[in-house]
Amino acid sequence: MVASQLTHSGEHTAIRCEGLKRRFGSTWAVAGVHLTVPAGQIYAFLGPNGAGKSTTVRMLCTLLAPTEGRAVVGGHDVVADPLQVRLRIGVALQSTALDDTQTGLESLWCQGRFYGMRRQEIARRVAELRDLIALDDALDRRVNTYSGGMRRRLDLAMALVHNPEIVFLDEPTTGLDPVSRMRLWEEVRRLNREHGTTIFLTTQYLEEADQLADRIGIIDQGVIVADGTAEELKSGVGQDLVVAQVSGDLAAAHRALADEPLTRFVEVLDNEISVSVDDGPAALSVVALTLAKVPDVDVHAITLRRPTLDDVFLSFTGHHMPAQQV
Amino acid sequence: MTETAVAGRHPNELLARPAGFTRDLASVAARSLRQVRRTPENLVQPVVISLFFFLIFVGALEGVARAGGMTDFRAFQLPVATIFAVTGVTRAPALVSDITSGYFDRMLVTPTNRLAMLLGLMVSDLVVAVLLTFPVLIVGFITGVRFVTGPLGLVAFVLTAALWGLVYAGFSYAIALRTGNATVVAQSTMLFFPFVFLTSSLMPEEQLSGWLSAVSTVNPVTYLLQALRSYISGGWDAGAALSGLGAIAVVGLVAIPLALAALRGRTSRS
Repeated sequence: MVASQLTHSGEHTAIRCEGLKRRFGSTWAVAGVHLTVPAGQIYAFLGPNGAGKSTTVRMLCTLLAPTEGRAVVGGHDVVADPLQVRLRIGVALQSTALDDTQTGLESLWCQGRFYGMRRQEIARRVAELRDLIALDDALDRRVNTYSGGMRRRLDLAMALVHNPEIVFLDEPTTGLDPVSRMRLWEEVRRLNREHGTTIFLTTQYLEEADQLADRIGIIDQGVIVADGTAEELKSGVGQDLVVAQVSGDLAAAHRALADEPLTRFVEVLDNEISVSVDDGPAALSVVALTLAKVPDVDVHAITLRRPTLDDVFLSFTGHHMPAQQV
Repeated sequence: MTETAVAGRHPNELLARPAGFTRDLASVAARSLRQVRRTPENLVQPVVISLFFFLIFVGALEGVARAGGMTDFRAFQLPVATIFAVTGVTRAPALVSDITSGYFDRMLVTPTNRLAMLLGLMVSDLVVAVLLTFPVLIVGFITGVRFVTGPLGLVAFVLTAALWGLVYAGFSYAIALRTGNATVVAQSTMLFFPFVFLTSSLMPEEQLSGWLSAVSTVNPVTYLLQALRSYISGGWDAGAALSGLGAIAVVGLVAIPLALAALRGRTSRS
């Protein structure tokens, strides 16, 4: 029996947090996270460094006790029953936690023994994982000879040795080159698609959340500021964005655009004004004409584009994702 | 043919379970001993230092000792060299690497027994400590040292020295688990100097000056050296052997609880 809970809608719930909080000294790293992840979903936690992503994952993985609130993972409370949670989850934390003195194969066997698996079980799982992680002959080499991408794939395989129901990946592709990143994405998708494994991943990359996740939670300063599918989140910003590069009296420009009936809302950041609209092509000329009528405002460029998760992030937090992380 | 369809989770199949203390202990020790085997360079320093001190002390002081009435200064020095070899050579630096790399956390999310995570390393330490006595003993034999208690005394000597190395390792683990800092762990080997020099390491107790003599009476290494020396040159002496074991027990009663408390702190979720 898969140990998970039924939600009101009848789905199995893999992860549920209710008012999860964690304080370090006087700082609330996680300030009240509520979320539900149905079994079989890929859920991405998107936010900049220090937003509370890793602290939340460490609480869900039984490494850290919540200061307040409660979390149920795989049907078991993380505080009351950590062992039962541990048996059901696979974890690949932020740093690739590998032993350079061992070979890939030895690492997998060692991990299998820590999970109490029998020899035949480990042998079978290693044979199965060999294909998923495509390390081939490298499994017989010591880990210190591996590239960054190979290390991440071994790291993922180690998290999967015991056939977990739920896998936590904390920033799985940070520091990887684009090719290795896409390869890892494909492995995560396969794992989810072919085996129904629930995946909870954290990321600072908008594209990663957009590409991989069934649902995305945007976290900033320890709370989830938005939660939904990528499309839902983006459509909340409007169908289209008209972005104008301007100089001069930005406040006046903001006022003028906000008064336009076509406008859903207006964000001003530095010299950039983003106007959220439902019909971009129709709104483009309206925005241009409106700005032209405002005294003391010079328009340098106007572009029309589809909203990105960064726009979602901006609309909920009032600031962009840090540039190097987008 | 590839087995892609089974690489992930089979519904209803829970493979993970607690392995139990003994299996976890064996798994941790096996991994640790494999690391030892693959980084033999880590054992060079304790061997070189112990042999270096043995040869220097014997070279410099043997004549003085003989003039002072000591007949076999080499036999007197061999236990000191052995203590040098086995003290502070632990898996604590490897534990710090595990903590900093995240491997320790990876183990904490498995059902592995927490106590086995530490004691498994100490099993490996015990094996290493026994091995480290061999080069010292070989050099001792080459330079003419013989055990009056025979092979059984030799075994008692090795086990006593290794047991000392094991309990002393408690300090290293306490520091490693408390700080998670490689530099602090490396510096902590300095703690050993007062232990090994404020005692009869160079001269018999009766020849130590007033303050050093006073300090040496409360230094457990004094009694450890007495026990080890009894196996080489004194002959079977239950009193010496027991006081040596008593000294080890006293240090162990301080060091091991410190290590266990540090382990509790490191594995607690607060």
